[in-house]
Amino acid sequence: FCFIMELCGATRLGYFGRSQFYIALKLVAVAQSGFPLRVESINTVKDLPLPRFVASKNEQESRHAASYSSDSENQGSYSGVIPPPPGRGQVKKGSISHDTVQPRTTADPQEPASPVVSPQQSPPTSPHTWRKHNRHPSGGNSERPLAGPGPFWSPFGEAQSGGSAGDAVWSGHSPPPPQENWVSFADTPPTSTLLTMHPASAQDQTTVRTVASATTANEIRRQSSSYDDPWKITDEQRQYYVNQFKTIQPDLNGFIPGSAAKEFFTKSKLPILELSHIWELSDFDKDGALTLDEFCAAFHLVVARKNGYDLPEKLPESLMPKLIDLEDSADVGDQPGEVGYSGSPAEAPPSKSPSMPSLNQTWPELNQSSEQWETFSERSSSSQTLTQFDSNIAPADPDTAIVHPVPIRMTPSKIHMQEMELKRTGSDHTNPTSPLLVKPSDLSEENKINSSVKFASGNTVADGYSSSDSFTSDPEQIGSNVTRQRSHSGTSPDNTAPPPPPPRPQPSHSRSSSLDMNRTFTVTTGQQQAGVVAHPPAVPPRPQPSQAPGPVVHRPVDADGLITHTSTSPQQIPEQPNFADFSQFEVFAASNVNEEQDDEAEKHPEVLLVEKASDPASSLRVAKTDSKIEEKTATSAPANVSKGTTPLAPPPKPVRRRLKSEDELRPEVDEHTQKTGVLAAVLASQPSIPRSIGKDKKAIQASIRRNKETNTVLARLNSELQQQLKDVLEERISLEVQLEQLRPFSHL
Amino acid sequence: MAVCVAVIAKENYPLYIRSAPTENELKFHYMVHTSLDVVDEKISAMGKALVDQRELYLGLLYPTEDYKVYGYVTNSKVKFVMVVDSSNTALRDNEIRSMFRKLHNSYTDVMCNPFYNPGDRIQSRWALFAVHALFLQGLPC
Repeated sequence: FCFIMELCGATRLGYFGRSQFYIALKLVAVAQSGFPLRVESINTVKDLPLPRFVASKNEQESRHAASYSSDSENQGSYSGVIPPPPGRGQVKKGSISHDTVQPRTTADPQEPASPVVSPQQSPPTSPHTWRKHNRHPSGGNSERPLAGPGPFWSPFGEAQSGGSAGDAVWSGHSPPPPQENWVSFADTPPTSTLLTMHPASAQDQTTVRTVASATTANEIRRQSSSYDDPWKITDEQRQYYVNQFKTIQPDLNGFIPGSAAKEFFTKSKLPILELSHIWELSDFDKDGALTLDEFCAAFHLVVARKNGYDLPEKLPESLMPKLIDLEDSADVGDQPGEVGYSGSPAEAPPSKSPSMPSLNQTWPELNQSSEQWETFSERSSSSQTLTQFDSNIAPADPDTAIVHPVPIRMTPSKIHMQEMELKRTGSDHTNPTSPLLVKPSDLSEENKINSSVKFASGNTVADGYSSSDSFTSDPEQIGSNVTRQRSHSGTSPDNTAPPPPPPRPQPSHSRSSSLDMNRTFTVTTGQQQAGVVAHPPAVPPRPQPSQAPGPVVHRPVDADGLITHTSTSPQQIPEQPNFADFSQFEVFAASNVNEEQDDEAEKHPEVLLVEKASDPASSLRVAKTDSKIEEKTATSAPANVSKGTTPLAPPPKPVRRRLKSEDELRPEVDEHTQKTGVLAAVLASQPSIPRSIGKDKKAIQASIRRNKETNTVLARLNSELQQQLKDVLEERISLEVQLEQLRPFSHL
Repeated sequence: MAVCVAVIAKENYPLYIRSAPTENELKFHYMVHTSLDVVDEKISAMGKALVDQRELYLGLLYPTEDYKVYGYVTNSKVKFVMVVDSSNTALRDNEIRSMFRKLHNSYTDVMCNPFYNPGDRIQSRWALFAVHALFLQGLPC
């Protein structure tokens, strides 16, 4: 027995904490069943019969007895003790002590009783098992163990008279009493009654309550055997509670309304004030209804209270509704504040793994999960919403990613947005227009800035090449070129796409869609023009002047057209191609290397197309070519890097070429696969761009894309400049107004 | 920083009243009682408009040389009265509002308890725990 005590850590603590007690009980059971006494044995020996304790009043014990009954012989006396527990409780303190004495002396008489009892007590067997376990070992020690349990019991709730010396230790134990209290809760009827009631209780709530309390007490006790956690709910108890819950509310995931719960708990005959307090403790989410977890916690508290435990001021951890954790509620019983269940302390496992480890696990999980579902729903929903929200941003990328890898944000967010849009549009058009998408994406990058403009105008573009729209719409996307190229170069089909800022892209997105329509490629020039026209009015989010978008629109339009045409072309990353196009263009311009284009063309045949398409648009932006040129160079640089093509030629060249190519593209668009035409045009326009068009759709696409990018950038720039112009005009107007206002004063 | 907090039922009897321990509680109880007239006056004045537009926060009911009394009324005519020390100039209106809001939340929590009968004295040491925080910091945590 000393060994047991040691094992359960009692010696460590110097007293029998509840968990210790449980452990000890288990060990007793283990010993009694003849298993080697080891901590592991507790866990392993699931079926350890409940230790036979002399003083068993607890249901636990009876349960043990039940499980035990098979064993019973030696344990008979103990089992006899066990059953009583439920009956015991405070009320029966005397009896308990009595019992304890009895077991010591007369194990046998009780034994028969306990076996009888135990079978009846089904649910809250866990506590019993505990007890039984304890009993067992003690059984081994004959009287002593009994004495042990005896004292054990006595502290439990009653001053068990003293068992043997060993008892002293036990008696020092305070937590056990609560358990016994529970037992007593259920307790009033004699143990047997209890036991009998127990099965019956299932049906009868009131009885159940008592029984439940007993069982719960046992369970609680048992569970609390986990280290220092007096509030833990044992499996049996939990089972019991759940059954009770079901009687009120069949849906385990549902709620028990306050009125029903009130009625139910009023049956426990606790004072209203205490019930109120219990409610406050257990209604964790303060919704006036009890989830399964909350109900179990409340029930548990009721049981505890009935057994004499004082209600805590805060909800013990083990009773906290498991919002998160699915594990056992082996908590440290600390602050109620913790929502999740902290894992039971190390000791808990051994203690918890008594004869019913599986039960513990399944039940708590079940319960917890069910309750967690309930209680956690809010959390999960919130968290989910959060996550979803986050992922919402991401999707933009994926789309675009598919379309084109979001280029790095080299420049202001606008570019980023454009990219996003690119991506988006890319995704939109994944199908046929993947290449287009790619391009649009590229363009859209630029156009994002312009996209605002595009939106308005772009609405016509039904293609959904929002990306393209965004391209064009963003005149400011000077950087977009760069980024796009980057993306092209760097990126691979689909991917990278840095998540562009969600909000912005949207406006541009719409624009881009409008652009897409433009892009439908019916009218290269016309579209572009239209696009341009459309853009100016559309400058919604972006105060960018329409001009920028205009050209940009053109570009995307073309690009779109090209893209659509080039849909046949493989698309690597829809967006990317656009970038690629630009980069390609630039590359072309810079390096006059067709091969490079080819490489990119592979990727961006459509880009080329797009670019080509954009070129015409960019023609409008000749003025901006400079900026574009810069962009191009910038972009080309990345493009180069990515593609490994030769460094781009001076920006102007590509720009110009793009313009030319755009022009060329337009007419050619309809030709060939159009892509080829575009590409050809583009290529043709670009000195460095060999006429690989016919051969390489991709190259065309790439060039188109590039053009688009350029367009976008130019459009962006355009819009920016226009915006500045507007601002300046406004200032002027305001100043004039002030002047006029001042004049009268001067007159006065 | 509130020195006294009171929850008054619709029929103008107190459901919960607590003062900062150091003060003379009776004086505060009296102040709260007399402030009820002001509350009623304000309610009736506002009641002319649609009830929904009624502002829950009544604001400063009346100041004395030492204390200021603030009022708050719920839609069910349950009144919250708070007495704060005048020397606490740091307490701004917004803070008072937030204090009342928290008080209102605590009150609803109490209401949610099925074991609480509306109209009973609020004896929940748990639910009105936040009220104590009002005293300590002026703002429940």
